Amino acid sequence: MTPRRRKMFGLLIVAFVALWVWWSYGPRTPATWTSADLSVLRSLSLDSLPALPADPSNAVADDPRAAKFGHRLFFDTRLSANGAVSCATCHQPERQFSDGLPKGRGIGLSGRNTPSIVSTAYSPWLYWDGRRDSQWAQALAPLEDPVEHGGNRMQYVRFIANDPDYRSEYESIFSPIPDFSDAARFPDAAAPIDDSQINAAWQSMSASDRRLVNSVYANMGKAIAAYERLILPGHSHFDDYVGAVLRGDDELSRTILMDEEILGLQLFIDEARCIECHNGPLFTNNEFHNTGILSFPGDLPDRGRIDGVRKVLADPFNCLGDFSDDRNRNCPELSYVRTGIELVGATRTPSLRVLADTAPYARKGQQATLADVLDLYNRGPLAMIGHNEAEELNLSRRELNQLEAFLNTLDAPLATAEEWLKAPK
Amino acid sequence: MREIALLFVALLLPFAPGEVAGQDGEDPKVWDTGKGYFRVSYESRLHPLAINRIHAWVFHVETANGDTVNDATISVTGGMPNHNHGLPTSPRMTQSLGEGNYLLEGMRFHMAGLWEITVIIEAGGQQDTVVISLTL
Ligand code: HEC
Ligand code: HEC
Ligand SMILES: [Cu+2]
Repeated sequence: MTPRRRKMFGLLIVAFVALWVWWSYGPRTPATWTSADLSVLRSLSLDSLPALPADPSNAVADDPRAAKFGHRLFFDTRLSANGAVSCATCHQPERQFSDGLPKGRGIGLSGRNTPSIVSTAYSPWLYWDGRRDSQWAQALAPLEDPVEHGGNRMQYVRFIANDPDYRSEYESIFSPIPDFSDAARFPDAAAPIDDSQINAAWQSMSASDRRLVNSVYANMGKAIAAYERLILPGHSHFDDYVGAVLRGDDELSRTILMDEEILGLQLFIDEARCIECHNGPLFTNNEFHNTGILSFPGDLPDRGRIDGVRKVLADPFNCLGDFSDDRNRNCPELSYVRTGIELVGATRTPSLRVLADTAPYARKGQQATLADVLDLYNRGPLAMIGHNEAEELNLSRRELNQLEAFLNTLDAPLATAEEWLKAPK
Repeated sequence: MREIALLFVALLLPFAPGEVAGQDGEDPKVWDTGKGYFRVSYESRLHPLAINRIHAWVFHVETANGDTVNDATISVTGGMPNHNHGLPTSPRMTQSLGEGNYLLEGMRFHMAGLWEITVIIEAGGQQDTVVISLTL
C-alpha cells in the first residue's frame, strides 16, 4: 500500500466509525402518530379502562364492610400454620403487592413467582396458569397451600367463630356462624388437602357438615376479594402523554415523555409486536401464551395453562360450583374455556403497569431485570415445551433501551386510598 | 319523501359504527358457503366489536334460494392466520332462535388484527363450510 492509499483507507475507516456512532447514538426524533396509531394509544390509556366488572358470583364484592373485613384477613398472620404468614407476607403493599423474590416464601418455598394483585379484579383467570376463576376462589388456595399459609379450612373457620371481633364482623356481613364446637362432628384439623391425616378427618365428616365449613370458608375468600377489588393502578406519565397527544397538545406532550421513550412506545405497538399480547389499558389480554421462557434452574419445564385449565374446571369453588352467589350460573369464560396443544407451557400475560417494584420477572422469577426480559424477546428462542409464539425481534441494543425506557413510563403510584395500603389498625 | 328518507338515514346513523366496527370495509355482510348450499350472515351482540370481551353472535342461515334454515347444526373454529394460533375460547352454538337464527356463545378475540372464523353448517343432510374474515 502506498502512503497515500493508506491515508485514504484510514479516512474511510474513520468515516465508517463516525457514521456508525451517529447511527447508534445520535439523536432521533419520533415520527408523528397516524390516526390508526392514535386509536391504539387511546386503547392503552388508563382512561379507557372500563368500570370494575361486576362479580355476580360474589354477593359482597362491592360491600364496604366486606372490604374492611377482607383487609383485616389479608394482613392477619394468625391465618397460618405457624402464626407468621399472611397474604401480605408475599403481597407487600410497598412493593405493589409482590415480594422482590424469584419465588414466594411462606412456610416453605412457593412453586412460582409472586405476582402483584393489582387490577386482578379485571381478569377472568387468576394465577400464572389461570387455575382459579375469581379473586375469592383464588384467595382460598394459598391458605391451604402447605408452603404458603399451610393451614386447613376447619382451623380457619373455627378461628373466625372463636374470635369475638371477627365473629361479629362476619355475622354482620354474612349470616350467623354455625356452631363448630362439637369435636365429634368437627375435628381439629380437616380439609381436602394432600396431608393424609387432615384429609382423612375431612372425609370422615358428613356432607352437610363439610358444606357448613365450606360456606364460611368461601365467605372468607369473598371478603378478601372485596378488599382486593380496591387495589387498582394509577395514572402514569404514559397516560398523561396520551391525554396530551389526543388533545392535540404537541408542546405539552413533548414535556411529558422524552424522545427515546416515545420511540420505545412506537416499537412496542409496531415493530416489536408487544401489543399483540400486552394490549388494552392494563397491558394484558389476560390470555395464555408461550414466550419461550427457560425453566427455573433445577425445575422441570412448567406446563402452565394446559394443567391450569384442568384444575379450574375441577375447583369446587369455581363460578359454576355450589358456592357461587350467581343463581343463574352465568359463567361464560368457564363454560367456553378452551384447551389444546397451544396451551402447553403457556402462562397468563401479566399486566405491565406495575413493573417498577415487581422484579424479578416471569412466572418463576427467571429474569432479574427488564433488560433480561427484553433480551429474551429479542432472541426468541425455541420453547423447552410447546411453541414460542413471540418470534425473534433482532432489535439493536439502542432499540431495546428505548423499549425499556418506555416500560418505565408506566410506573405510577396505585389509585387506592392510603388506608388500604397498610395493615389495618 | 326525500326528507323522510334522509331522516331515516339520520336515525340509523348512530347505529352504523356498531354495525361495521371490526369488519373490513370490503368484507361482504352475507357469505355463500363453499359449495354454495347456504348463505350466512352474523351479528355480534357486542357493539362495537372489541378485543378481550366475551360475547355472543347471532348467526343467520338460509339456503341458496333464501329460505331460512331452522334445523342446522353449527360448529365454529377460528384463529389468526398471520399469527398461526386459534381462538382463545371454544365457542358453541347453544340455541336455535327461529327464523334461521342461531345463538353462538363464547366468542372472544384477544388480539387486534386479521381473524378468520370457520363455520361448518350441517342441515338437511348437507354439510358446507364458510370462512368469515374480520379485522379488529
Ligand atoms: C408464600 C407467599 C404467598 C402468600 C402467603 C400468598 N400468596 Fe398469593 N401468590 C403467591 C404466588 C407464588 C402466586 C403465583 C402462583 C402461581 O401462579 O402458581 C400468587 C398468586 C396470587 C394471586 C393471582 C395474581 C394473578 O395475577 O394471577 C392473587 C390474587 C393472590 N396470590 C392473592 C393472595 C391472597 C389473597 C393471599 C392470602 C390469602 C395470598 N395470595 C397469599 C404467593 C403468595
Ligand atoms: C405472545 C404474547 C406476548 C408477546 C408478543 C409479548 N409478551 Fe410479554 N409476556 C407474555 C407472557 C405470557 C408473559 C409471562 C411469561 C412467563 O412468565 O412465562 C410475559 C411477560 C412479560 C414481562 C414480565 C412481566 C412480569 O411481571 O413478570 C414483560 C416486562 C414483558 N412481557 C414485556 C413485553 C414486551 C416489551 C414485549 C414486546 C417486545 C412483549 N412482552 C411481547 C406475553 C407476550
Ligand atoms: Cu394473534
